[in-house]
Amino acid sequence: MVTLLTETGEHEVTGTEPSTGALWVSASDALRATGWEAKPEGLCRGPICVPLPVGRERELVEGGRINLAALWRHLGQPAVRSERGHAWVLGESARDRKAALASLEAPDFALPDPSGRMHRLSDYRGKKVFLVTWASW
Amino acid sequence: MVIAVAMDSREGDPLPWIDAAKPTYPTLIDREHRLADLYGIVNVPQAVWIDETGRIVRPAEPAGAYEGFRQMNRATRELPEEVAQRTARAKTLYLDAIRDWARNGERSAYAFTPEQARAHLPAVTEDAATAQALFRLAQYLMRHGEPAEAERRIGEASRLHPDSWCIWRQGAGVTELGLAAQPDFWQRVDALGAKRYYAPVDMPGMP
Repeated sequence: MVTLLTETGEHEVTGTEPSTGALWVSASDALRATGWEAKPEGLCRGPICVPLPVGRERELVEGGRINLAALWRHLGQPAVRSERGHAWVLGESARDRKAALASLEAPDFALPDPSGRMHRLSDYRGKKVFLVTWASW
Repeated sequence: MVIAVAMDSREGDPLPWIDAAKPTYPTLIDREHRLADLYGIVNVPQAVWIDETGRIVRPAEPAGAYEGFRQMNRATRELPEEVAQRTARAKTLYLDAIRDWARNGERSAYAFTPEQARAHLPAVTEDAATAQALFRLAQYLMRHGEPAEAERRIGEASRLHPDSWCIWRQGAGVTELGLAAQPDFWQRVDALGAKRYYAPVDMPGMP
């Protein structure tokens, strides 16, 4: 069992080989955790498809499984793993973060208040928001 | 409205402050520094102004904070009078600017045009994106009883993204040595030299 921390949250997946730098997961786990799936045109997330690199197809897709670590590297996105390989963070690239900020549409997020209730920035659409950070440290 | 977000990885830490403030606005806790990842926040207090349509009006910037503390007498923790005044002025000016924007919206002199807002976006590097992923991994490891590896991964993150005081100070806290206002904090501040601890804020009259 491996935990994937993605943009959508934490997902438990099975069938990986924690000892290597690869992250092979089943097609259904890949789709559930990341939204990516193998199609005839390549690897796709929603309407976006990325052709598999010629000659290296089997590094990314084989036997109905997807190597998410190789896919993330191929896309130039950060993929970092715990030393034991039981947890991975699959992040967004600086390029995508910059593009999102350049649109000036404030990126949405969901964070808890002290009682555990989740608040989304988009819950407050229609009001001006002064979003301010602080810390006890 | 105000949304205040504590960049605290140990959930209990900000609670006494929140209780004391008796806030009338949402106070959220961002253990994994999601806002740092999304908005390029590197220190506190940093703020983002967002209008009614969800558009960024002023990207992440220090919120009324000023470098004055660097001239503090470290034994007595006192500031020279002139520096104390400048520090107070930075705070007043910033608060007045927020009130002006709250009243006047895009007509406020402090609201950036879209072009100005884009020109003031923080730098986001590939190393910073990797550092935020490592920081998130470290918080997962902390929650799952692996503090030693968590500390190593925060160290890695801090080396990749040295401009982030959020990462560094949280790392300093992980060792339970107390708040990060210890000698290693001052060493790191002194090493900045002419570089700012709080990035300059583009606002008329701001020191």
